[in-house]
Amino acid sequence: MRSTPSTDAFTLRRRPPQEKLVDIGFRQLTLVLAASVGIVLLAIFVTVFSGAKEAMATFGLKFLTTSAWDPVNEDYGALIAIYGTLVTSILSLLIAVPIGLGTAIFITEDLLPRGIRDLIGLLVELLAAIPSVVLGLWAIFVMEPAIRPFLSFLHSSLGWTPFFATEPQGPGTAPAILILVVMVLPIITAISRDALNQVPIELRQGAYGVGTTRWGAIFNVILPAAVSSIMGGVMLSLGRAMGETMAVTMIIGNSLNFSVSLLAPGNTISSMLANQFGEADGIQVSALMYAAVVLMILTFVVNVMAQWIVRRLSLRY
Amino acid sequence: MSVSTPPTTRHFTERLTLHYDPSLKRNRFNQIATAIAGIFAVVAVIPLFLVIIYVLFQGGRLLSLQLLTELPPAPGLEGGGIGNAILGTILVTLIASLIAIPVGVGGGVYLSEYAQNGWFSRFVRFGNDVLAGVPSIICGVFIYSLIVATRIFFDQSFSAMAGGIALSVLMLPTVIKTTYEGLLLVPQELRWGAYGVGASRFVTITRITLPAAFTPIATGVVLGIARAAGETAPLIFTALFSPFWPEGLFNPIATMSVLIFNFAIMPYEAQNELAWAASFVLVIMILGANLLARWISRVSRT
Repeated sequence: MRSTPSTDAFTLRRRPPQEKLVDIGFRQLTLVLAASVGIVLLAIFVTVFSGAKEAMATFGLKFLTTSAWDPVNEDYGALIAIYGTLVTSILSLLIAVPIGLGTAIFITEDLLPRGIRDLIGLLVELLAAIPSVVLGLWAIFVMEPAIRPFLSFLHSSLGWTPFFATEPQGPGTAPAILILVVMVLPIITAISRDALNQVPIELRQGAYGVGTTRWGAIFNVILPAAVSSIMGGVMLSLGRAMGETMAVTMIIGNSLNFSVSLLAPGNTISSMLANQFGEADGIQVSALMYAAVVLMILTFVVNVMAQWIVRRLSLRY
Repeated sequence: MSVSTPPTTRHFTERLTLHYDPSLKRNRFNQIATAIAGIFAVVAVIPLFLVIIYVLFQGGRLLSLQLLTELPPAPGLEGGGIGNAILGTILVTLIASLIAIPVGVGGGVYLSEYAQNGWFSRFVRFGNDVLAGVPSIICGVFIYSLIVATRIFFDQSFSAMAGGIALSVLMLPTVIKTTYEGLLLVPQELRWGAYGVGASRFVTITRITLPAAFTPIATGVVLGIARAAGETAPLIFTALFSPFWPEGLFNPIATMSVLIFNFAIMPYEAQNELAWAASFVLVIMILGANLLARWISRVSRT
């Protein structure tokens, strides 16, 4: 029996085995590549933890609350660095969040022609692209000399508080905070801008419809609607500020003496790593690894909180 | 509105006024709030202008052929250039890209095309976000312990390879995320069409889906490369530094970012100037890459 050409065309073509093989192989390959993220992450945790094990056994939790950093007697405590990391990142966020949010509102509202707003947005994004080591160089040679009169003024007028008790003399915590502001500002601005842009136009129209003003709408309708993404962005920036290394290392002074004063030289975990890790040996390496573990846990918690906030706080509108 | 009008009438006329009255309390508040937001926007842009101006002037005036082609001078001596550091930055970034782009694109393909939104893909996406948040200095510590301290490559400790691998760890989350998000934007009909004419899964992905998502992926990859090129923290104790020309992939290598860091804190004028010059070259390269990425996404949108 002879099949007609028309039914021939509809017989199912069997896929050749090599085509199937390529298909399956490609799938498995991408699976392995996707898994590599988890493997790398796991490897980072395992490596740093196992490096820190010796110091963890020797110093225990006392490591977090003492400020000795004495390679001669092999006595280590990371209080200065932990304090510096928290103070620089939190204070820089306190300055950067209002500025970044204000900028984001300014470039999402139709206060200015679209071209100018886009230009400001572009400039802020380019600021995010400048390497931190270049910002550090700029901080050393331009920013710090320029703001020193202002810091001296702070010292002379607020010197009675412990936070401004020391004479500013070059590198210190305060310039480090300012350069961190410059670094996290673009992140906060970009995330806030995206969040504000995603608020449905109907919410704004409704707010104007019941007779509110522009800023009434912003404060009572638009910001509450966008608050989850904005808070998430703030937490992400906090994580970034904690882990930021180069610019801070170059301007913070890397002091090994504890001082509450913001005008005195300080230290952070990451700048301590950058300065000492290359030359350290023996238990100092392990102590630095311990500090790295602390930094990793801090940034991990902050990043997970960022994701949690975005999911939990989002309004259902 | 006159004071003599009876209260009820005044109330009535006020309610009917639709003219904009700038002296009203709410309008005053609006003007002040707008002014503050405007000032904040200016404050946010000022540092960029200052940084760019200083980098262009301080670094740009040193620009010469000698700068781009010669080795840095010994401490205390004048002249010299940053030729080895430019070459080193290109080399290390290239190594990082060669590792991170295939791995990242592959991982992104899996997440978008194959994964069933089960625990594995959720875990990978979560891990990707965590990896993106790992401080870059920790990447350096990790690669130091894994590669440099163990002397895994031909008994060499610090090497260009180690630096490149450290940067690739940093680039990987960006590449995966942009690939994944770019592929999600590809309309499902394109895939159905490809299957309908008899294409296999592999052919559909490599010939239809990936090319359709080329723009967002390319944009993200270029931005990732630009970010990696400026990174310093992962390199200071993996690639280290070298005052000489690159001697292969398994020896310490100079990079512009580490050169800026090392030379900025040296007490010599000539070294400080080279740090500015390197900043100039680096910033031009990175801003160029950023504008390129923008251009890629603009060209394809129209």
